[in-house]
Order: sequence, then structure tokens, then C-alpha cells
Amino acid sequence: MTDVPSLVLIAGPEQVLAERAAASAIDALRAADPQAELIRLDAASYEAGELQLHASPSLFGGSKIVLVRDLDEAREELIADVVDVAAAGLVDATLIVQHKGGARGKKALDAMKKAGARVIDAPAIKSDRDKSAFVTNEFRVGRRKIEPDAVRALLEAVGKDLRELASACRQLIDDTEGVITAEVVERYHGGKVDATGFRVADAAVGGNAPEALRLLRHALASGLDPVPIVAVLASQLRQIARVATAGRGSSAALAKELGMAPWQVDRARRDAKGWDGDRLGRAIQAVAAADFDVKGGGRDPVYAVERVVLTIAAERQG
Amino acid sequence: MTTPTAPGGVWRDVVGQEDAVATLTAAVADPARMTHAWLLTGPPGSGRSMAARSFAAALECPRGGCGECHECHTVLDGSHADVTVMATEGLSIQVKDARALAELAQSRPAVGPWRVIIIEDADRLTERAADALLKALEEPVPRTVWLLCAPSLEDVIVTIRSRSRHVRLRTPSVEAVAALLVRRDGIEERLASYAARAAQSHVGLARRLATDDAARQRRRSTVLLAGRIHTLGDAMSAAAELASLAGEESSASGAERDAAEKAKLMEQLGADPTARTQPPHVRSQLSALEKEQKTRATRFGRDVIDRSLVDLLSFYRDALVVRAGNAVPLINADLAAEVEQLARARTSEQLLTSMDTIGTARERIEANVPPLLALEAMAIGLRAPAGR
Repeated sequence: MTDVPSLVLIAGPEQVLAERAAASAIDALRAADPQAELIRLDAASYEAGELQLHASPSLFGGSKIVLVRDLDEAREELIADVVDVAAAGLVDATLIVQHKGGARGKKALDAMKKAGARVIDAPAIKSDRDKSAFVTNEFRVGRRKIEPDAVRALLEAVGKDLRELASACRQLIDDTEGVITAEVVERYHGGKVDATGFRVADAAVGGNAPEALRLLRHALASGLDPVPIVAVLASQLRQIARVATAGRGSSAALAKELGMAPWQVDRARRDAKGWDGDRLGRAIQAVAAADFDVKGGGRDPVYAVERVVLTIAAERQG
Repeated sequence: MTTPTAPGGVWRDVVGQEDAVATLTAAVADPARMTHAWLLTGPPGSGRSMAARSFAAALECPRGGCGECHECHTVLDGSHADVTVMATEGLSIQVKDARALAELAQSRPAVGPWRVIIIEDADRLTERAADALLKALEEPVPRTVWLLCAPSLEDVIVTIRSRSRHVRLRTPSVEAVAALLVRRDGIEERLASYAARAAQSHVGLARRLATDDAARQRRRSTVLLAGRIHTLGDAMSAAAELASLAGEESSASGAERDAAEKAKLMEQLGADPTARTQPPHVRSQLSALEKEQKTRATRFGRDVIDRSLVDLLSFYRDALVVRAGNAVPLINADLAAEVEQLARARTSEQLLTSMDTIGTARERIEANVPPLLALEAMAIGLRAPAGR
């Protein structure tokens, strides 16, 4: 027997993590009983009683694994059946349930938890910080070392989609040797850029006009709208202006006072070095004018956003 | 000419509009001067909707607008069965509302001699909504009257303009507004004249300034921003302050009303307000209401900011008047010392540039630029010249 209990609940919106958890539970069960039959139940087309049918012991012996995905979108019948089965207990069978979150199907979740289900979390991975933790963890599990620069390069290249990120990690672990450096990442993923408004803004605020324009072109070509790009430019410059004029003090205290995250304060402080009040003021005015232009005030939104990016970079250069 | 001796009866509260009132009272008295659709235009705060309501009351009143009888009272407080008032708090009047009005226009009045339909914000009719009204406006049922209100003729589409008779209201004089505040709201004379002047003859605003101490405070701190911006930091915090003042005002007056509307809707639907979850049909109605309330808050927030900018503009205008040495009365007479100071510190060109900067910010906010960004750009532009 394995140590997998007969009830497994995978709760959380991150599909990559949820699928992995399900796969590892199934693998563990298969290791104990290679003959185990895997039954996938479709939550949307479920008919009452199906679950009991599959979860009851088979005439021919052998164990079963029942996998229910997206319980949060399930019909009432399925939820009721999960409650029943969880309460009644299973013999020679394992029920794995995935639930993306929300209030729907909560009854079934509670019943499973009460019956002693193993709960595996699959929390959403959205921020860059979560993603870099995810990448670091991937390589730790794969018993490999990756340099922080390489993590950043990898996020820049394929950081938008977690699934892509996971398979990129897998590929690097499988195909390379030794410590993974930024050069290794560059060799595999060089030239590919997931440009976002933030990257454009970082380059522009840093005074790197060619890089900012390149990223902007990437972003526009991959379907990003000029409006959010301008919004990001505005918020970056605002943060710099507020941090730069707020005076000294620890970044934690300042963050509290300005309603920002401490890391935002640190970054804005770093960025603020090359700026002074007048140039920053002109940059903000240029952004306001561009915002008006991209919202119908001007003829060509793309031109407006390009011009403001160049203006900001030029002001930074002084 | 504009002595505060308004005609009596229902016209009592329509101040400083002698010509318009004469036209409208003549129409009430003489069927030959009556028509089926009227378009009342005038600057914001000139009392367009008040004039429309008074006209409606005069039409319904058996004595031509005595202001005393049941008919007059019910029309003026908005509960008369034959008078429908369409006002929107959203950004526009939708086609479905317009269709409902067009249908209503076909029915005969129930109690009075006329069915009156007042559209308070005819400028907010979407094009499709206006089109839906055309037929009803053009081929009127005998006893239906349309009263449309808008800031100016240009705000109404030409097909509506050509189907209605135009009555122009003008900005009432400061004295007339002050007199109204004293008489109607019992406000002390000095305060009333300050409020009327500061609100630039906008009747509703003047009343608010006169009765609400916090509103006066807000206006004062807004106007005084002008002299306080020296560095980029000042500009950024001034902008944040302006935006948050508007947010405060918008949420203060909004929250109470939102809650009341929600309670009323629950009552109408027979839903239990204490229930933890509502049944689906109630939920969908509630979310529709919340959406509406949100657009209203957006509009209101923008209006509040716009008003602050107009206040700020008045301060620079006063400084310019002082520089020019004209004998034109100041809007911010109560802050004469500060105005004087600003006038000394800047040249006329700089003052004009500043006024342009404020105008640009208003234009941008109108065009959906985030208010905070527009205000920041403005505040940076308003910095004292030494900083540049």
C-alpha cells in the first residue's frame, strides 16, 4: 500500500500545480498497484450516481482511481455524490478532486475534509516574486543550482505563462549540466522577450531609449494596448516622484506612509538617482499628454506612446 | 435691471430670468403661444430644471401657477401623476429609457390638463436615445408637452433642436442668487452674498456653500493650493490632495444614498435583507444596481474635480483682474490678500499660462485621462516660476 489516503483534495487556482499534485498522487498509487484503473469524471456532463458506480469495489478486484476535475464548475448531482461518497468511505478506490476555488461545491470540500482527506494547495502564482520562488524551487527539486541572474533572465523570456515556465525549467534541468547561469538561459531562450508595460517603463525610466523602444515594439506586436502601457509609465514616475520628494527614512516606514510595498520604495529610490524635480516634472507632463492622446485626443496612439517613451528616456539622460 | 424682484407663485424660485419667465407665463395664459416641445438652455446652475418644474406646475395649476394649491405643490416636489422627470446620474440617458418616455408620451394625462415630460439632461441623451424620441417629439399627442433642458443649443442634436421651441436662460446676477438664498433658505445676508459670488451664480452650488461648512473649507483649501506649489513634491501632494478631496466628497454623499437605494430595491423585490445569500434573480438585480451606482460615482467624482478646478481657475482669474487694475468685482473677495499676493508674484503671461494649464487638465479629465495623472501634470505646470 501507499501512503496516499483514499481521499485527496487539490484546492487552488494554479492549474500547473494542481495537475502535478494529481499526477504525483496517481503515480504513487500506480507504484503500489500497477493495474489500478484510472477513471476521469467530467464535471460538466456528470450523471447522478456515476461516482458511486466507479467508487464501489469491482467484481474482478483491483483498485481504482477516480479523478474529478473542476469541482467548482460541477453540477449539483456531482457535488451531492461527492458528499455521499466521502461520508460513506471508499474501499479499494481513491477519489482525487480538483477545486479551483470559489464558494461553489463548498459542501463537498467540507465533507471531504471532515472525512480526513489529504488537502494539497495549489495557490495562484502571479507576481514576479512568486514566480522566481517557483523557478528556484523547480531547480531545487531537480537538484540543480541556478544563479539569481539566470532566474531573472528566464522570467523575462518565458515568465508570462506558468506552464511554459515550468516546461522551460524542465528542459534546462534535462538538457544542461552544472550550474545554470544567465548565459545558459540566453542560449536556450535568447531573443524571446515577453515584454510587458512594466519592462518598457523600467527601460524608459532608466534612460535606455533603444531598449525601451525595442521592448515597446515587442509589447505592441504581441498585442498589448497602448493605454495600459501609458498607465504603467504614469505609475512608475509617480512612485519615483513621491519617494524622491518624501525625504529620508527607512523604506518600510516610507512604504507605509505612501501606501506602497517596501520593494517598490527601494526600486523607486534606485530609479530616482538619475532624476531631478524639473526633469521628472516634464516627464510626468509628457505622460499626461500621451494619456490624452492614446484615449482619442491624438491621431495615432502608437506614435503617442513611442514619443512619450523617448521623451522620458531623453529627460533621464538630461 | 436685475433687481431681485422675481414674479410670484411657482416662479418665485426662478431667479434673474425675467425674459424667460415672461415667455413661459405667456404660454400658460394663452393657448396660441403654447407649443408641444420646449428646449430650455442655460449655463449650469442657472436654474434650468427649476424653471422646467415651475413651468410644469403652472401648466397643471388651475390658476396658472399660484404656488399654493395641491397641483403646484405636487409638481414642485416631484410627485404629480402627470409630470415625469427624467434625470440621469449616470454618464448618459440610454435608449431604453428614451423608448419608455416616448411610449408614455402617447397616453393622456390622468388628472391635470397636460402630460408633462421633463428631461433634465437632454445633453446626456445618447444619439440612439435621441433618435428614439424624435417621432414622439415630432407628432405630438394633443395634451403632451416635452420640456428638455441642456446647457446650450449645441449640446442637443440638431434634429431635436429643430423640433422644439428654444428658451434661453442666462446666468443670474450674484445679487439675485444671494437674495434667493436669504429668502428661501433663510441664510444670513453676508454669507449668502459670499456663497453666491464664490459659486459664480450657480444656484445649487451657492446653496451648498452657504449651508455646508465643510464645503466652504474644501473650497478654501483648493483655492489656496495655487500659492503653495513650489517644488515637485508640493505638486505631487497637491494633486493627490485634490483627487482625494473629490473622492471623499463623492463617497460621503454617495454611500448613504447607495445603501438607501439598495434597501428600497430589496423591499420592492420582497427579499430578506438579512439573508446571507440572495436567490439568483435578486442577485442579478442587485449587481445591476451596483453597476449603476458605480458609474454614478465615477461621474460624480469627475464633476467634483471639475468644480474644484473651476474654483482654482477663479483664483487665477482674480489675480489677473488685480494685475489689470480693473474695477471688476473679485470672485474670491474673501481672500483678497492672497489674490493680491499671487498677482504680485506672477506676470500676466504666467497667470494666463496657469489658467491654460488648468483648462487643459479639465479637458483631459473629460477625455477619460485618470484624474490623478491629469492633476499631477497640472500641478507641476502651476509651480512657482522660480522653480522652473
